[in-house]
Amino acid sequence: MKMNKEGRFGIHGGQYIPETLMNAVNELTQAYEHYKNDPDFNKELEELFNDYAGRPSRLYYAKKMTEDLGGAKIYLKREDLNHTGAHKINNVLGQALLAKKMGKTRLIAETGAGQHGVATATAAALMGMECVVFMGEEDTKRQALNVYRMRLLGAEVIPVKTGTATLKDAVSEAMREWTNRVSDTHYCLGSVMGPHPFPTIVRDFQAVISKEIKQQIMQKEGRLPDAVIACVGGGSNAIGSFYHFIEDKEVQLIGCEAAGRGIDTFETAATVNTGRVGIFHGMKSYFCQDEYGQIAPVYSISAGLDYPGVGPEHAYLNDIGRASYVPVTDDEAVNAFEYLSRTEGIIPAIESSHAVAHAMKIAPTMDKDKIIVITISGRGDKDCAAIARYRGENIYE
Amino acid sequence: MSNIRNAFSSGKAFIPFITCGDPDLETTYEVVLEAVRSGADLIELGIPFSDPTAEGPVIQGANLRALEGGVTTDKVFDLVRRIRETVTVPLVFMTYANVVFSYDAEKFIRTCKEIGIDGLIIPDIPFEEKEEFTPYCEKYDVDLISMIAPTSEDRIAMIAGEAKGFIYVVSSMGVTGTRSSFSGDLSKITSKIREVTDVPCAIGFGISDPEQAKKMASISDGAIVGSAIIKILAAHGKDSPRYVGEFVKSMKAAVREA
Repeated sequence: MKMNKEGRFGIHGGQYIPETLMNAVNELTQAYEHYKNDPDFNKELEELFNDYAGRPSRLYYAKKMTEDLGGAKIYLKREDLNHTGAHKINNVLGQALLAKKMGKTRLIAETGAGQHGVATATAAALMGMECVVFMGEEDTKRQALNVYRMRLLGAEVIPVKTGTATLKDAVSEAMREWTNRVSDTHYCLGSVMGPHPFPTIVRDFQAVISKEIKQQIMQKEGRLPDAVIACVGGGSNAIGSFYHFIEDKEVQLIGCEAAGRGIDTFETAATVNTGRVGIFHGMKSYFCQDEYGQIAPVYSISAGLDYPGVGPEHAYLNDIGRASYVPVTDDEAVNAFEYLSRTEGIIPAIESSHAVAHAMKIAPTMDKDKIIVITISGRGDKDCAAIARYRGENIYE
Repeated sequence: MSNIRNAFSSGKAFIPFITCGDPDLETTYEVVLEAVRSGADLIELGIPFSDPTAEGPVIQGANLRALEGGVTTDKVFDLVRRIRETVTVPLVFMTYANVVFSYDAEKFIRTCKEIGIDGLIIPDIPFEEKEEFTPYCEKYDVDLISMIAPTSEDRIAMIAGEAKGFIYVVSSMGVTGTRSSFSGDLSKITSKIREVTDVPCAIGFGISDPEQAKKMASISDGAIVGSAIIKILAAHGKDSPRYVGEFVKSMKAAVREA
């Protein structure tokens, strides 16, 4: 997507950050502009993608699901099969390598569900860097296993107790820590959000998803899909899944937001559907907020989608009508979580289950010669205990 | 000429920061009047924000207490109207971009002018994004205060060259909050600023006692103190005005010695 020089996507994006960080983001922009076209950097990253993370991820034809729903042909882009179990590793390997080239020795990160934290801790271990992960205290309880994984990988996990003690507070705390220590530290932001250049850098590293989908679907079907569906919190797996299809206007791009208990309640995290334009966490975009601009305490069963904003490029794709953003409730996502497990033997992350749920709604309404690709952004092992509790089974991991 | 200049016209300035509505708006009113009686040269009034990313734990706490007490931007505007009935020292708002943006930036800044606010400090609006608000600031003659940090280096001349009102020099890395040491290069920063502009510059972040205030004022035009005052408010609640008054007196005396 076209972007002007200040890192704008239409009216969205920008660099709304304290002066203390400006030289750090400028340094990052310069380094990225240099390395993104550097053949050695790209070769090294491709080797990490392929040999370490297990790319390319499979594009799997979900035959049973297709037959059961009785409409469009459904393919699953299996980002859940990546090393560490989610798409997050794509971005993290790219940023960690970039940080290393910049001479940084320490990575800090925020995490919601813990997948980005685990991926960052993994890359730090691999590259011999120090790692500190900020995680909302509420989320450390919801995702205790991931906290243990990060510590096992050598990272320090700092529970964030401020505000709602969830993802937004973890982002705020990571930004505060970065202002404290920029010289040796890279902030490895986990989604297509924050100040420029993060939305662009993260998108570029995640764009491998749509690049592969395009090649794989051409190989299997000889044509482009009719719809690509992905879940959206900040929106990194979604933008990665959409990116190489943006110019292919015949491909519908659908982002699934976490509606929580419903977009007519306050317990929702569906930013595009219920928010309005604002400025927060370094960017102009859509945010859930009250009439005075106070950021709303959002809710979703999914810790990874429990964020009051959305990446600026998604806000732009929504404004120009190129992508649509639909709400999916907790209930629908949990049903989809169980459905895909039973039907295909694939346990999707509760985040990805939001995308599965929407596909389950629209596939039956489409002709059998239509093709849907759903990005399964992560695997659902981490969610089993929480979903069991949602269903009233009192199990603990 | 900006009213803010008056704060620096009779010597080094002492600038207290107060979060509006912590613990309640009536106390804020009394604290502001007491601070002015005790010699404050300019008052920085914080409009609370739910997620103040440039603040340390002390001011974060003040923001949350104020919001839990039901403070809104409109109620803060009413407070300023009352303050302005008697107070003539320059007043600036310190808040976050979304508070201004979501109110409707033009309406917010026009209201500032109407009620007697002289400037705006918005930590998440760096030089590159100031166009977001400067058209309205110029139209209504409200100064958008520029901030310069220890990491600004080659950006200092660019920022200082377009600065209005006063320049807020951030004393050290990190967020607001009391600290025992400061960036070593502060006098280099202020002399670089001096080469470019005669707009006054005041140092803030982490200053908590008269000795530090004197030291900072000796290399600049004034000292800004936030967290140390918020701590007094957190400890004394509605009884804070006289304690804040005593504190301001001691700090003002210190900066005048600088």
